[in-house]
Amino acid sequence: MRLGVLFSGGKDSAFACWKAMQKEEVVCLITIVSRNPESYMFHTPNIRFAALQARSAGLPLLEMETEGEEETELLDLRHALLSARERFGIDGVVTGAILSVYQATRLQRICYELGLWCFNPLWLADQEGYMEELLDAGFRVVITGVFASPFDESWLGREIDRRTLDELRMIARKDRITLTGEGGEFETFVIDAPFFSRRIVIEEGSRVYRNHNGVLRIERARLVGR
Amino acid sequence: MILVIDLCYREDSLSREEFVAPIERFLRKSGREFDVRHYKALSATDIAAADGAILCGTVLMDTGFAERLDLFCWLLEFDRPVLGISSGMRALAAAFGAGAEPGCGIGMTEVEVLASDPLFAGKERFSAYEVRGCAVGVPDGFTVLAASEDCVQAIRHHSLPLYGLLFHPEVRNEWLIERFLGLVDQRP
Repeated sequence: MRLGVLFSGGKDSAFACWKAMQKEEVVCLITIVSRNPESYMFHTPNIRFAALQARSAGLPLLEMETEGEEETELLDLRHALLSARERFGIDGVVTGAILSVYQATRLQRICYELGLWCFNPLWLADQEGYMEELLDAGFRVVITGVFASPFDESWLGREIDRRTLDELRMIARKDRITLTGEGGEFETFVIDAPFFSRRIVIEEGSRVYRNHNGVLRIERARLVGR
Repeated sequence: MILVIDLCYREDSLSREEFVAPIERFLRKSGREFDVRHYKALSATDIAAADGAILCGTVLMDTGFAERLDLFCWLLEFDRPVLGISSGMRALAAAFGAGAEPGCGIGMTEVEVLASDPLFAGKERFSAYEVRGCAVGVPDGFTVLAASEDCVQAIRHHSLPLYGLLFHPEVRNEWLIERFLGLVDQRP
């Protein structure tokens, strides 16, 4: 089966991509770039650098822009999937949805209408097991957005390694955030993955932060050999 | 031992992660002994060893199991608790002679309990998550336990603990799986 991965550059879609690669043929990445920072469905920080990740993965990237309004966003997604089918012959779509019924539902409907399979390999994943598996597999992930207490500016740019994961566990227990960030508490960007031929180095970034809400905007990044 | 039956398009498929693995994790968390078998690789020994069976759901586009409904005839002779989930409900109903009916449902739906049963005791109405490309007819000898506005959502054999749920209890209604396991425990 030929699959396109709905790709944001963050850890969940990257991990879902890797899961899909182990079972089926992944033929392209699909990224929806929203002009609206309050996008209903699509992450916005650093989405443009998905192109760098796609290059390292050796996969074509289909980038589609959306205004980010709720209803047109769904139409744009539909167009993106149709385009992926025309250009790459996809039979199905993969997402990194974990708990979000909202996210899973909308995509399921569109896929069904288009006769495309829809896979959510991270669906209901055990948070502990998932994060351990992510690190064990060799993913290197940087926090590029924080959107909830108690995260402050110091978290922006931090790599999620074992020490950071321990801290996230403590925060998850105490503050009732999700360990994976699936509740929207933090966003990530993948700088290395088992399916990357080269890793990504963030050379320049700017931080915007206020009241537990902030992003690390990547200004310059490049691929380097391992 | 709970027999978990994988109805996905292939053994060890990508969709196994979504439809079978959550059931496995729930059973493991509950301290249950279980075995997982793909529906095409089920043996008489597997069936004989089972105290109860759970037939898992599939991806919307995955209806391959519906072309091999002969592989579910063993359910006619199985008198221990069965929980058919979504596609699993369809397989269970088909074994007893009922077919699919039109009606797609994707997302949350309101389920109303219509008949008394240990599985739904104390519940009148609840939200449930469904991912289905069709509804399922009610076979002869089965009772409707619950329905949404659109269609039947839960059925049970009139005298055996064979249950079909059209929605996915593993998503928002794990209490149902717990109760089902309680029924398995009550077996002599």
